[in-house]
Amino acid sequence: MYSQGLIGADGRTEESPEFLEAFQRRIDAEEKIEPKDPMPAGYRRTLVRQIGQHAHSEIVGMLPEGNWITRAPTLKRKAALLAKVQDEGGHGLYLYAAAETLGVSREEMTEELLAGKAKYSSIFNYPTLSWADIGAIGWLVDGAAIMNQIPLCRCSYGPYSRAMIRICKEESFHQRQGYEIMLTLCRGTPEQKAMAQDALNRWWWPSLMMFGPHDKDSAHTEQSMKWKIKRFTNDQLRQKFIDATVPQAEFLGLTIPDPELRWNPDKNDGRGGYDHGPIDWDEFWRVVKGHGRMNRDRLAARRKAHDEGAWVREAALAHARKRKARAMAAE
Amino acid sequence: MTETPTPLWEVFIRPRNGLSHKHVGSVHAADAELALQAARDVYTRRGEGTSIWVVPSAAITASDPDAAAEFFEPTADKIYRHPTFYEIPEEVGHM
Ligand SMILES: [Fe+2]
Ligand SMILES: [Fe+2]
Repeated sequence: MYSQGLIGADGRTEESPEFLEAFQRRIDAEEKIEPKDPMPAGYRRTLVRQIGQHAHSEIVGMLPEGNWITRAPTLKRKAALLAKVQDEGGHGLYLYAAAETLGVSREEMTEELLAGKAKYSSIFNYPTLSWADIGAIGWLVDGAAIMNQIPLCRCSYGPYSRAMIRICKEESFHQRQGYEIMLTLCRGTPEQKAMAQDALNRWWWPSLMMFGPHDKDSAHTEQSMKWKIKRFTNDQLRQKFIDATVPQAEFLGLTIPDPELRWNPDKNDGRGGYDHGPIDWDEFWRVVKGHGRMNRDRLAARRKAHDEGAWVREAALAHARKRKARAMAAE
Repeated sequence: MTETPTPLWEVFIRPRNGLSHKHVGSVHAADAELALQAARDVYTRRGEGTSIWVVPSAAITASDPDAAAEFFEPTADKIYRHPTFYEIPEEVGHM
């Protein structure tokens, strides 16, 4: 959700060279930066953007899977899916709390999302058409998220890194439950296996896009790596994901929908890795700019939930005010 | 449409009896009771705690990180506060 978090980030900064050098020395010494510490404005802006968009991705990410909760095939699957979707909501909340330590309010972030000004990961703008999609999402989408999120546990900004540690602890269940769904389908009837293959066909390329543009087209990577917000480039993480996932697909007996996918023994400094075919970046940018199949639905669903929850927030605040007034009168 | 912000609370959790409460993050809630419930849902979905404190974030007074050097400076040169400052002969044994 995650490398795309930097889309629209503005790392420009106007501090004195001495200030920036002193800050960089702290970063280079692997010191964590805490909320009230002096930091360059560009560092703060980049983090607000990235953590906010990461949080939005967790929240919007509840929608495609939420779509299948009432139609899960067994009670066990339903309970697991509910727990997973609830976790994603929790991830969003940890991350909003981390972003708020940088001086941005929850209300401001929510307004930016609902107004369409803040992004969330492009992956959630694809529809979940069959139950197999729930398997594919857990396996591939959470799998890609884990690849991205593990290095973020070492991010230089303390609150973000602590939130990521909590999140990573919870993610491995997400990926395993997804893979187990795929495994069950692949060991089932030919129709069930075909469903699993169809889901892989649709989710493979969007999952690779989750890592964001190629390094040569990723303007913000260099500064973010220098500030140790990011630890690996988009292409490095994407390659790790492909190398980890291809054998898992083979175990399922499924085919990765990429005719150019080939083992290359010279890749990764001679350890070997997979070469892959070209990614459709036009599709990626179309979806990021709001023209994916589900962009409008996702925002409409978030706006509806926000508007319909307004009276609850107002009532809770009114109740709190009333109780406080009563307690004061009684004193 | 700017709505009234819902207050922020800092959340502290005791992982199990015998350990102290530790800061884990924050939640938004209209009052203390709702803050406790939100903290339970957000921070203890897997048995992470046996007790929760919620404190209004606005009630916390923090030391100034810009002044941290002066504020904590007096401890640095008082090495006689540490046991290794004192020389006790081997023969005395562990002390
Ligand atoms: Fe998540
Ligand atoms: Fe997840």
